[in-house]
Amino acid sequence: MAAILYRGQRVELAPGESVLDGLLGAGIDAPHSCRSGHCRTCLARAVDGPPPPGSQEGLKDAWRELGLFLTCKGVPTADLAITTVDDLGLEVGATVTEIARIGRDVVRLRLITDAPFEHRGGQFVSLVRADGLARSYSTANLPGRDDFLELHVRVIKDGAMSGWIARELAAGTRVAVRGPDGECFYVPGNPQTPLLLVGTGTGLAPLFAILQDALRHGHRGPIVLLQGAVDAGGLYLVEELEALARANPLVEYVRCLLRGEPGVGLEVGPIHSILKARWPSLRGWKVFLCGDPDLVLDLRKRVFLAGAALRDIHADAFVMKPRASSSV
Amino acid sequence: MTSLYEQLGGEPAVSAAVDIFYRKMLGDERVAAFFDDVDMDSQAAKQKGFLTMVLGGPNHYTGQDMRTGHRHLVARGLNDSHVDVVIEHLGATLTELGATAEQVAAVAALANSVRDDVLDRPQGASPARC
Repeated sequence: MAAILYRGQRVELAPGESVLDGLLGAGIDAPHSCRSGHCRTCLARAVDGPPPPGSQEGLKDAWRELGLFLTCKGVPTADLAITTVDDLGLEVGATVTEIARIGRDVVRLRLITDAPFEHRGGQFVSLVRADGLARSYSTANLPGRDDFLELHVRVIKDGAMSGWIARELAAGTRVAVRGPDGECFYVPGNPQTPLLLVGTGTGLAPLFAILQDALRHGHRGPIVLLQGAVDAGGLYLVEELEALARANPLVEYVRCLLRGEPGVGLEVGPIHSILKARWPSLRGWKVFLCGDPDLVLDLRKRVFLAGAALRDIHADAFVMKPRASSSV
Repeated sequence: MTSLYEQLGGEPAVSAAVDIFYRKMLGDERVAAFFDDVDMDSQAAKQKGFLTMVLGGPNHYTGQDMRTGHRHLVARGLNDSHVDVVIEHLGATLTELGATAEQVAAVAALANSVRDDVLDRPQGASPARC
């Protein structure tokens, strides 16, 4: 009979028992609500062993890829070690190897972690300073390809972390990274799916990782990247992205500015208007939205109304406060 | 007798139905404002629970959940006309998925049975409707 390993405890399951039933039966206060596979309160992660058959039905593919499953559904077929979603996140020491200004208010950080740091390009991590100050940033590169971790930091006036990074941080400084978290990453397996990537500010970072990951996996469907900013000075990585688009006919890179003159690969107007004019139907598309929270939430609704399925919309709102999603 | 939930194809069909139904609701200015401040993923999860319930699928529905879950919307003006919109879009969604008129009517009756819970009224208080 299968057993569940949870927080150092071993729970033997009765025949036909779900993970949730087993945990509750053992007196463990496992989170749950509807017990019918809808509310997702009971979401857990399989860290060793297969999630029970049927327990990942209806979940986003990124969640499935991370081993997330609903403990109220399915009966385990083998021993299974799980964590609850809150328990996720390891902290590992790291050394800053490079600090470079790559945009008007964007600094690129590269770090080498003391131990392998498992993550998917585009997920976010918390960067932790020696005194404990922590802020979240998205990873912008691919772990399998590079031996460093790349983060794009938007420098905010008076930002506690970003100000320190911009003014004082030097190569060789010891920090830590915690995580990873988030569902903004490329999931192989559907190479024909058209991808729409929309980002403002350093929301570009995860999209840059996703774009490279898609190409590395031989993605065969169109990949549209919209980079939004108020004016041209708010853009960064433009040359790299233009070169990438030139080298890959599948990639269309469009800069979207609120102010400026339209040009080749450059549109002027609100992103949602540009999107609606150029891509009125998003049925069958997979969409990643990253950056300014108001914009991300507004676009999420609009791309859904334009036909993208809910489970194919991944939104990462960059909130400007500690402990939220990728931020300051 | 198998439930409509099973006849339509179970969980995958309900997931598809949520997408269609939610899109209709969000695109309808009579009710869209009620969805302004909600997280779309958790809202979709709730709708999936609701659709599973009205289709006769596996659920642990309680009228009390429906009551507490909508009380803040009742305070913002949620009334019978909005429940009518829900039932209208529910029917259109099921029709798109291949349900017959009789099946749609049966689901509408089930949805109507939670009207008083949703609108936080005593059970049986709603005016007769066809």
